[in-house]
Amino acid sequence: LAYCATGCQEIMKWNGWGYSDSKFLFNKKGQAEFTGKRYRLSGMTLPSLQDWFENTFGASVKHKSPPVLNASVVPPPRLNEAFVENLKATGIPFSNEAEDRVFRAHGHCLHEIFALREGKKFERVPDMVVWPNCHNDVVKIVELACKHNVCLIPYGGGTSVTSALECPPEETRCIVSLDTSQMNRILWLDENNLVAHVEAGIIGQDLERLLNESGYCTGHEPDSMEFSSLGGWVATRASGMKKNVYGNIEDLVIHIKAVTPRGVIEKSCQGPRTSTGPDIHHFILGSEGTLGVVTEVTMKIRPIPEYQKYGSVVFPKFEAGVACLREVAKQRCAPASIRLMDNKQFHFGHALKPQVSSIFTHFVEGLKKFYITKLKGFDPHQLVVATLLFEGDRERVLQHEKQVYDIAATFGGLAAGEDNGQRGYLLTFVIAYLRDLGMDYCVVAESFETSVPWDRVLDLCQNVKERIIRECKERGVQFQPLTSCRVTQTYDSGACIYFYFAFNYRGLADPVHTYEQVEHAAREEILANGGSLSHHHGVGKLRKEWMKDSISNVGVGMLKSVKEYVDPENIFGNRNLL
Amino acid sequence: HPHQATQMSNYCLNILVFVTLQQRDPMLKRDCFEDILEERRNSSDLKYALRCYAPVLYKGVTPCKANMLKNIVLQSDQLHYVINQVSQESGEAPDIIQEEASVILEEMAHRLQISTVRCFAFALSKAFKTLFQHVCVNEEGIQRLQQAIQEHPVVLLPSHRSYMDFLLMSYILYTYDLALPVIAAGMDFMGMKFVGEMLRMSGAFFIRRSFGGDKLYWAVFSEYVKTMLRNGFAPIEFFLEGTRSRTCKSLTPKLGLLNIVIEPFFKGEVFDVNLVPVSISYERILEESLYARELLGVPKPKESTSGLLKARRILSEDYGSIHVYFGQPVSVRSLAQGKVNRSTYNLFPRHIPRKPMEETQSFVNDTAYRIVRLQEDNMVLKPWVLMASLLLQNLEGLELSVLTEQTVWLRGLALSYAAFLDWPAPTAKVVSSSLALHRGLACVSGDRVSLVVGEPLGPVTPEEALFNRAVSVLSCASYRNQVLHVFLRPAMLAVAMLHLSDEVYNCFSFLWDMFSNDFILCPGDTVQDFEEACYLLVKTGAVQMPQQDIVMTDIGQPTLSFFNGLLEPFLQGYQVVCRYLCEEASEGLTEKQYIPAVRSFAVKLILAGNLRCYEVLSSDMQKNALAALLRMDAVRKVKNRMISHINQTPISPSLSLVAVAEDLYRDGLTPSYIR
Repeated sequence: LAYCATGCQEIMKWNGWGYSDSKFLFNKKGQAEFTGKRYRLSGMTLPSLQDWFENTFGASVKHKSPPVLNASVVPPPRLNEAFVENLKATGIPFSNEAEDRVFRAHGHCLHEIFALREGKKFERVPDMVVWPNCHNDVVKIVELACKHNVCLIPYGGGTSVTSALECPPEETRCIVSLDTSQMNRILWLDENNLVAHVEAGIIGQDLERLLNESGYCTGHEPDSMEFSSLGGWVATRASGMKKNVYGNIEDLVIHIKAVTPRGVIEKSCQGPRTSTGPDIHHFILGSEGTLGVVTEVTMKIRPIPEYQKYGSVVFPKFEAGVACLREVAKQRCAPASIRLMDNKQFHFGHALKPQVSSIFTHFVEGLKKFYITKLKGFDPHQLVVATLLFEGDRERVLQHEKQVYDIAATFGGLAAGEDNGQRGYLLTFVIAYLRDLGMDYCVVAESFETSVPWDRVLDLCQNVKERIIRECKERGVQFQPLTSCRVTQTYDSGACIYFYFAFNYRGLADPVHTYEQVEHAAREEILANGGSLSHHHGVGKLRKEWMKDSISNVGVGMLKSVKEYVDPENIFGNRNLL
Repeated sequence: HPHQATQMSNYCLNILVFVTLQQRDPMLKRDCFEDILEERRNSSDLKYALRCYAPVLYKGVTPCKANMLKNIVLQSDQLHYVINQVSQESGEAPDIIQEEASVILEEMAHRLQISTVRCFAFALSKAFKTLFQHVCVNEEGIQRLQQAIQEHPVVLLPSHRSYMDFLLMSYILYTYDLALPVIAAGMDFMGMKFVGEMLRMSGAFFIRRSFGGDKLYWAVFSEYVKTMLRNGFAPIEFFLEGTRSRTCKSLTPKLGLLNIVIEPFFKGEVFDVNLVPVSISYERILEESLYARELLGVPKPKESTSGLLKARRILSEDYGSIHVYFGQPVSVRSLAQGKVNRSTYNLFPRHIPRKPMEETQSFVNDTAYRIVRLQEDNMVLKPWVLMASLLLQNLEGLELSVLTEQTVWLRGLALSYAAFLDWPAPTAKVVSSSLALHRGLACVSGDRVSLVVGEPLGPVTPEEALFNRAVSVLSCASYRNQVLHVFLRPAMLAVAMLHLSDEVYNCFSFLWDMFSNDFILCPGDTVQDFEEACYLLVKTGAVQMPQQDIVMTDIGQPTLSFFNGLLEPFLQGYQVVCRYLCEEASEGLTEKQYIPAVRSFAVKLILAGNLRCYEVLSSDMQKNALAALLRMDAVRKVKNRMISHINQTPISPSLSLVAVAEDLYRDGLTPSYIR
């Protein structure tokens, strides 16, 4: 029944990340390859991945932990007959097939994917799924939900990593997953004001592709943009890789239309800035589906940049790299994207190098390595790499590039080519696929993020990594965990830090529980070191417990009172945030 | 409500006994010792001094040159902030203040040089072999330390009884190929020109004794220490007690440096800090009679090189053995878990100096006390320490056989209280060898053992005779003091029981409070200490606790009366102080006048035959008593506008002094000596 758009159910994995046709596997020769045709790496063999994998995790390709083949039995739906009757009358499509319901019962937290792979039963899944086609459909659904006291959980791209899509087990009402995927049109485009009015269900890559056809882009590229939706971005305060040029989601939206149990909320004009009391957009931005459904968004667009160039800089040490990024931020000359990967991630990235086809390339690679490690004396176990992406007209890009490389040079940075840069960004898109590979071989992995003032960046990275290692040891993890971080965004006064954390769970009775305990400890360490609860993943249910400490009792009270007014019956009952 | 308190305490007893047992248990598993002098006696000192020395450092950092370290400090945000602040306040240009900071740092900083260390290693090997029979170290502790140094910044916190302490520490670390510490030393060492520089080159850095309001000095100093800590260039060593204990009791800890070394953890600059308590016990202290004289008011000789050379005389004497016990490293992170919320540091720039929050202050205070107690716990006690305790309760002397017999008895008691005794031979042998080693303090004439009173040259005044006797008593007391931490809690309970048997807890708590300047009593631990005391007395059969009561048993009499005798000098000392303040002190008494005044008051009492306690002549006890009375608000400092110097602020007894004095005088608490 599901109406198929990009990223829809039929072509997606039901128990892992992304497209069914794309996955990493170790072939019979023991070499890793990436299947499918969708990515730059697709169809390639990656000769060094296996060594890296086995050495990093103490894992072995012999120790497989394959997923179960079939989904577990799903509890029968608790339907609200009156609601179903009324809904039928509107003609809005819906389903209560087990497959559709389970697909929308989770995001991509480790415990969710792990449970799917193990064939474990979810305690609670949506009882039905509805597919509104437009804003008015949503209005009708919300009205009916209020009338029949049905719980609504908005569903966009399903890429949440904060348990935000998890159905509260204590919810006894009928839970309806409101899938926005059919609301995926660009309604109009205003070239005078450079804004587009878009339905909120549109998936990032579709939005970008459609705008590109008219010569525009939003420039909003979160790492999940292949699958995440515009409405989801608004609801979680998403951040895009190129925010230095285009801004984060809160900077991009001009107008939001959302349907709440109290009615529709929107502003009366598209003024670029207003002084009309607290900005009501900020009640919706980050509301994580607790107040209503975002249906339409007017957002800024830009002409597609004339020229794009990747780049990379190698630094002898992480400290030098951070100092350089700090300086770049100070001079406000950050390129569209600038990210600093630590040494572990640098090696990780290298493990993804495809088979080198020509002897010449091989020779050049060797020469580069020789230059950096021998002539420049960089320690291969210390050096880090910053990846860069410049955008704009060609001349400006080249000028900009020089400026950034000059700054980098003062911190001992050496330009290391476009290829290294591009591979860095590639890692971002395939990392979730790699997690599935890890899970095939007893390795669990997850990522989490924070934002922190500049002066605490180094200490936070250091302490969180150490805490993770120590916690793993204390909890009986038999193998050294992988802890890696990168600085992914720079701001005037601080940075966003992104952590990867993975370990080989052989010998552990309940790896997911262990993982969760360690992540919990890591979050406490982050908070104790001046980091924020979240930079862009959101709070969901995963980080609720820290909200009070993060925003004060009064802050929580303010949010509660808004919820109380907007949704007194808790129709939007996903219980995120508060 | 005294009764309720006792009931409550009794109620808790069962639970706490268990807790106490658990706490005490790991302590009982103490490491073995190795004599590091043994190898020195069998192989070349020169080779030893010149051998390859390559210690492992924190996370493998490369050692930092002294000059580089200074630059890091001078360029730090922390220091810049204070320089600008001082410049704004004083109107001086920042460069001038910066220059000042650089001079301070120059005066302060160490210049650790391995060549100097090697010289010391050579010279100390020679000296130690002459002075001491053994220098014993627990090697397991060394291994733990080595591990700790690699993982986290380490702070070494040795006990402080002698000038030898820090040379000895560095000597041991050098011997075991561990990273040499940088040591906070008092500026007075700098007076000794040559030696001062030698010490500096062996890792000492010098701090002024008092710099209360000097912001710049504080900033340079704390940044210097923190830089070394954060970067893990070397373990930091300082003495929690702040100064050498002249009485051989642990001194209540000073918090300044501990605050400095712990702060980087709270600010997230380091993952953890490991505090390593080190207990250094001397069988005979080099400064023995020097200390006694100092306590009696003969000012301490100014440190000078020639003075040290004169001390050459001491090289010809036997000082027995030294035991150095490196305790279990204490993780600040684990200690602070649940006690300090680090995120309260999030909202303030880390480079701006700030007074620690209350939560932090009490944590640091608590930590300091715990560490000093750990030091105490691992102090090795020699038989002489027990003998001295017995001799002091029998100033007229004892039959040798009685002394031996009682020493055996006391040893048993001490062991059951988890004392860390070193008993190298059968008791009779140990007693005679102890008497031989301490022949300067005790003499055996015929069958009687008694304290030696320094032979006066020619005719002496009664005051001089009294003074001579006091030197012996105080010297001897400095050995007895070493065992006090083992017996303190049950002894206070014994005193409380004997005098106020129906309000035991209240009396205990009063004594606990009163004596918390003299002994290491962790703040807030009154109830726990009471439980521990009950537990220990019950365990040794000295008391029984039927229902809500605490009752002495028949066999408990010797124990309880020994405990009474143990604390009597302190009770008497405090009483004399109270009496002086109540009866004699004039209106405008200043702190400066206080000590000589109490001393002459006590001298008068002793000469008149009304007091037999010599320990009250100790300025240490006088100071502690005054501090306790001030703390308990029995005495108040009154600000005098004419004289602003704090030492000259008059002290005036307040009403509650009468209450305290009454408490001390009450019933049996008034000993027969004061008539």
